Amino acid sequence: MSHPQVLTARMTEHPTDSHTLERYEVTGGYAHARRAMDMSRDEIVELVKASGLLGRGGAAFSAGLKWSFLAPSRPSYLVVNGDESEPGTFKDRQLLERDPHQMIEGIIIASVANEVHEAFIYIRGEYPKPARRVQQAVEEAYAAGYLGKGVFGSDYDLDVTVHLGGGAYICGEETALINSLEGKRGEPRIKPPYFPAAKGLYMMPTIVNNVETISNLPHILEMGSDDYRALGHADDCGTFLFSVSGHVTDPGNYELPHGITWRELIFDVAGGIRDDRALKAWIPGGASAPWFVPEHHLDLEITKEACGKAGSMLGSGAVVVMDETTCVVKAAERVVRFFAHESCGQCTPCREGTTWLEMILRRIEDGSGRPIDAELLLDVSDNISPGLTWPPKQTTICPLGPSAVSPITSVARFFKDELMQHIEQGGCPLG
Amino acid sequence: MADLVKITVDGREIEVPAGELVIKAAQDNGTYIPRFCWHPRMKEVGMCRMCLVEIETPRGTILTTSCTTSAAAGMVVHTASETAKKAQEGILEFLLINHPLDCPVCDKGGECPLQDQTVAYGPGESRFVEEKRHFEKPIPISDLVFLDRERCILCARCTRFADEIAGDPLIEFKERGNYTQVQTFPDLPFSSYFSGNTVQICPVGALTASAYRFKARPWDLRVVESSCSHCSVGCRIAVESSQNDVLRFNGVDNDATNRGWLSDKCRFGFEFIGSENRLRTPLIKVDGEFQEATWGDALDLVAERLGAIITEHGGEAVGGIGGARGTNEDAYAFGKFMRGVVGSNHLDAQLDDGLDARFLAGVSPRAEIGDLDRAGAILLWAPDLKEESGSLYLRVRHAAQDRGTRLVVAHPRRTGLDDRATHKLTYRPGEGPALLADLVAGEGDYAAVLETLSEGPVVAIVGRTGLTEQPELAEAVAAFALSLPDAKVLPFARRSNTFGALDMGVAPTLLPGRATTDDAEATAQLEAVWGPIPTHEGRGTHGILQGLADGDLKGLVLLGADPMRDVPDGTLARQGIESADFVVAIDLFLTDSSEMADVVLPAEAFSEKEGTVTNLEGRVQKVNRVVTGPGQSQADWTILDDIARRLGKPLAFASAEAISKEIADVAPAYVGISWELLDWDEKDGAVVPYGAAIQPLIYHPAALGKKALQAMSQKPSSGALALHLARTLYDDGVLMRNSLSLHALAPGGAVYLHPEDAGRIGVSEGALVEVKTVDAALRLPTVLDPSLATGVAFVPFNQPWTPSLGAALSVVVAARKEVRA
Repeated sequence: MSHPQVLTARMTEHPTDSHTLERYEVTGGYAHARRAMDMSRDEIVELVKASGLLGRGGAAFSAGLKWSFLAPSRPSYLVVNGDESEPGTFKDRQLLERDPHQMIEGIIIASVANEVHEAFIYIRGEYPKPARRVQQAVEEAYAAGYLGKGVFGSDYDLDVTVHLGGGAYICGEETALINSLEGKRGEPRIKPPYFPAAKGLYMMPTIVNNVETISNLPHILEMGSDDYRALGHADDCGTFLFSVSGHVTDPGNYELPHGITWRELIFDVAGGIRDDRALKAWIPGGASAPWFVPEHHLDLEITKEACGKAGSMLGSGAVVVMDETTCVVKAAERVVRFFAHESCGQCTPCREGTTWLEMILRRIEDGSGRPIDAELLLDVSDNISPGLTWPPKQTTICPLGPSAVSPITSVARFFKDELMQHIEQGGCPLG
Repeated sequence: MADLVKITVDGREIEVPAGELVIKAAQDNGTYIPRFCWHPRMKEVGMCRMCLVEIETPRGTILTTSCTTSAAAGMVVHTASETAKKAQEGILEFLLINHPLDCPVCDKGGECPLQDQTVAYGPGESRFVEEKRHFEKPIPISDLVFLDRERCILCARCTRFADEIAGDPLIEFKERGNYTQVQTFPDLPFSSYFSGNTVQICPVGALTASAYRFKARPWDLRVVESSCSHCSVGCRIAVESSQNDVLRFNGVDNDATNRGWLSDKCRFGFEFIGSENRLRTPLIKVDGEFQEATWGDALDLVAERLGAIITEHGGEAVGGIGGARGTNEDAYAFGKFMRGVVGSNHLDAQLDDGLDARFLAGVSPRAEIGDLDRAGAILLWAPDLKEESGSLYLRVRHAAQDRGTRLVVAHPRRTGLDDRATHKLTYRPGEGPALLADLVAGEGDYAAVLETLSEGPVVAIVGRTGLTEQPELAEAVAAFALSLPDAKVLPFARRSNTFGALDMGVAPTLLPGRATTDDAEATAQLEAVWGPIPTHEGRGTHGILQGLADGDLKGLVLLGADPMRDVPDGTLARQGIESADFVVAIDLFLTDSSEMADVVLPAEAFSEKEGTVTNLEGRVQKVNRVVTGPGQSQADWTILDDIARRLGKPLAFASAEAISKEIADVAPAYVGISWELLDWDEKDGAVVPYGAAIQPLIYHPAALGKKALQAMSQKPSSGALALHLARTLYDDGVLMRNSLSLHALAPGGAVYLHPEDAGRIGVSEGALVEVKTVDAALRLPTVLDPSLATGVAFVPFNQPWTPSLGAALSVVVAARKEVRA
C-alpha cells in the first residue's frame, strides 16, 4: 500500500544528500520561509491553527493554539525540542539527521509567527551525528544569509543556537528542557504559573515545539491548510511518523496518515511478527503509554480519539511490538526501571515510588513475589497516579511518575494470570 | 494590602488575601496542611508533595499542592477528603521507605516534622520489604554541620536557603532519581556564615550541628526566649538549656529583627557561656600572680584603692571603659557608679570604634529594620554587613534581591552585598570624603548613582567601613543621606549592646535617656535622683587610655571590656593599662586586658541574668535568665553596687527590675518602658522613645561642602599603602576565643593586596611580607584580593595570634629580605 510522503519525501528520493543546503534548495527549500517573511504574525498563526497541526512530541496539542497563547512581553524565544528520549521513538533523529534544513525553514516560519529573534535547538546528547548535521546545516543557513542578521535580506534578525542535552530523559519535558537550557538541573517546573508561552526561557514567553512539528511548517505553507488537513484523518491532520520497533519483521520509521488500523500498521506496513510468532501486546505511543493487546485493539483505528478512548495514546508515535515469547512482568520491569532511572528526583512520589515499583517487579520476576504484591503494585501506583485513570491523574509535578504506572496497569488489566503465575510458581513461567 | 477573597476550606468559609498560597491561608485560619518543603520565608517549590489537597475547579476536582496554589475567590478546598488523605498518607509512606527510622539516636527525634506528621497523617505500618538506600554517613559538609543523606527527604529547604536567603549557593542536589542527594561542590565546603540555619529548618535529622549532636533530647530542653547579644541587631532567639547548661540557640521568626535566621556566630556563639575558662571567684594580684579571694576581700581592696585615688586625685582620675556587653540595667548602674559615686565623666561603652556617641544615640529620623522592606533605595556606607551583622545583611539582601529595592554600596573592599548592588563604589581608605564629594556633585558616572537614590523612601545604613576611616566621614554621609527624599538613617555600630549602653549614658557626652551632659534640665533631673554629678569634660576610651599613659588618670574600671584586643591602637591600650595605679576588671574571663588588672571580679554572662538591651534601631528587648552563672559570679550591677556601698554611696538597687524602673523614671527616652511591657505586650520589644516619651537629643550630623570633604580626604604617606582595617565575623574577641566551634574559623592574620600591588612588591599568594605602620611591624602572609582598589592593604582586625597594627592610615608592605646562609 502506498501513502503520500511529506516529511520524508526528500530523504527517500535523495538518500545521499538530502541533508545539504544545495539539495534542499534544488527541491524547493526555503521558498516558504521567504514567503513567511511577508506574512503577519496573525496570518501564520491562523494558517497553522486552520491546518489542524497537532504537536508531535507526545501531547498532541494544537500547535497554532499554543502559539496564540504567547504572552505579549518580549523577547520571546523559540525552542525546538529534539531531546527525543522516549524509548522506542526514533523519528526526530531521522528528521534531524537527514533533513535538517526542513526544520530550519520551519524555525524561520515559527520565529516570524512568534516574533522570535533567538531560537534554540535542543538535541538529545546521545545524538552526535544528528547534532553534527544540524550544526552544519545551521552554519550553511547563516552563510547563505537565511539566519543571523537580516534573514533573506530583510530587516529581520534571527539567531539559532544548537545545544546538546546531557543525557536526561526528563529534559524532553518542556520546562525541564528550559531549565537545562538555562544551565540549571533538568527538573520540570511547577505549573502554574510557568507555562512556557507565558513564562519560559529566562522567564520570558517561549514556544517549545517538537522537531517533527516544526518540520511540518514549510509543508503547511506550501499546501495551505485545507490540503494539509486532507492528508490526515478527521481531526488528526497531516501525516504522522511512526517508529515501529520490537518483534516485527520490518522495524523502522513510517510516515503514514492517521486512520489506518493497528492491524494494518503491524502486519502490512511493518511486515508482521518475526518468525511468524503470535502477537502478545504492543505499546502504541512510547513507553509512557498503556499497552494494547490483539484481543481488544487490533482493529482499532489509529487516531488520537480512538486510542484515547481505548485507554492509551499515540504519544510520540513509538510502537513497540511484543510477541508471545515476551514475559510481560519482565517487560514491565524494564520499562519501570527506565522511568526510575530517569526520574529527576525532585518530587517524592516519582523519586521513591518508581524505584519501589521497580524493586517489587524485579522481586516477582526473580521468584520472590508474595501474594499481596499484586495489590501492593497497584496501590503504590495509585499513590503516584490516583485512581489509575486514563488520562492519568498525578500526585507528582510532571507526568514522568504516572508514565511508570502504565506498564503495571497494563499487566494488571491484560495479564493478571501471568503475573499471579510468577508469584505462585516462584518465578517466570516462560523460563 | 491585597484584596480579600472568600474561599472555603473543609466546609468553612474564610476570608484571605487574594493570591495568598492556600497552605498559608488555611494555616492562618486554623487549618494545618502537612508539609515538608514549604517554608514561609522561601519560594515555594512543590517538591515534597505532602500538602496535596483537593480543589474544586470549573473543570472538576483536582488534586494539587496547596503550597503552589494561590487563593482565588470562590475556591473550595478539601484538605482531608478521602482522596487527599490517601495522597498524603501515600507521600509519607514514600518518604519513610528509605528513611532509616533511627529516631532514638537522632538529634531531631522529638521535634521532628517527619515524626510528628507521620503520627498525624501517615500510615500505621510500612509495606516496604526491600533494602533501603544507603549512603556513607554522616559526612561533614562544613566545620559546623553534618549531613546524613539517609535521613534526608530531599525537600531542598537547605539548598534553597543557601541560595535564596544567604546568597551562598554552596550546597546543591547531585545525581538524580533515587540517588538524588544534597552535596557540596568538590573541594568546596559549605563554608557559609549562615550554615546553621539549615539545621534549624531541616524537617528531619539530616542536618545536625556539630555543637549540639547527641547533647540532649528535645523534651529535656528548657526553652526561654531572649535577644541575641552578638551584634547590635538583637535577633530574637530561643535559648535552650538542660541541667543548667546552655546547649543551643535557635532563631525565632519575627518581622522586627531576624525572621528566624541567625548567623553561625550567633547560633553557635553560646559555647562561651559554659566554658571551662569562666571566672568563678574574685582574683587579687599578689606579687604579679592572681590569687583567689573572697568577695569581701576583693571588694574591700577595690574600694580602698579606688577610694584612695579619688581622695588623692579626685574622681576625675578614674576612667571607666565598657558596659556594652551587659544589659541596660548593668550599663545604667555603671553610669551611676562612675558619675554619681566615683565622680568621673570619663566613661565610654565604645572601644574607640570612632563614631560620636551623640550621633549614634540621637541621629534623626532614625530608621527601623522594617523600613528596609519599604525602602525604594538603600544606601549602605558602613562595614560589610556580612562580616559584622549577619541578620541585617540578610534583610538588605532580601530587599535588593526579592523586592527590587535599589542598593548603593560604598566600601573599600568587596562586600557580601556587591552582587545585589545597583551600584558599588569602591574607594581607597582615606579617600571616602572625596568620593562623597563626587557623589554629592553627581557628575559623570555619579549621576547614575545619585539618580538611583533619587526616589525614596531612602534608608541609609551608616557606619565606619573600617578602623582607619575618618570618624567624621560617617556623619557627613548621614547628612548627605538625610538630604535624600523621605530618608532615614540607621546608624551602625556592631558591638552588642552599644546602643543600650549609650542610651544609659555610658559615654562622656551622654546622660541616660538620650540627653547630653550639657543639657542643664536633664542634669538637674538626674541629680535629683543621683545626687551631684561631675561637670568636667569627659574622655572617651582613647582619651582615658591616653590619660592613663600620660599619668593624668590613675585608676581604671573595665566592665566587660578588653581594650588590648578590641581597641584599634593596641599599643596605647597596653601603655594605658600598664601605667594605671589600679585596675579593676569585671569580666567573664581572664582576657589580655584583665590579665593586667589588680583585681578581677567574676561576672554573670548573657543567659545568666535578666534585663533589657537596646538594638541599633532603639528597640528595647528583654534578655532572660536561663542558667545560673558559674561559681560565685555576680551580675555587673550588684558588683558595682557592692563597691559603691564600700565607697559610702550605695547605688541603692534592690533588683535589676528595680533598676529598670529607675531608668524609666530618669531616662527621658525610656519613659514607659517596663519589663512587664516587654514580656507581655511588646514581644518584639519596643522602639524608644516609646509612646508619649520624648528624647531630648535630636542630633543633626553636619553636612560638609566639597572643600571641607576634599580637605578631610587623606592619602597614605609616600611609598605606603592605605590600610583598610576591618572586622571579620569570627575573630579573636574573648567570646569567640571561648566558643571553640568558632574560634578556629577566624580567617587569621594576613594582608590582602590587589594583584597589581603584590606584583609591584614582588610577592605572590601566601608569601610572608613585612607589614609596618607607625605603631607596629608584623610579618603576615599575603592574600591576593582583586576586589580592592590598587594602593590598598586590607588587614582583618583582631585575629588569633596576631598583634595589633594600630589604626594609622599608612602601611608599608614589603617583601622579606632574603636571608642568605
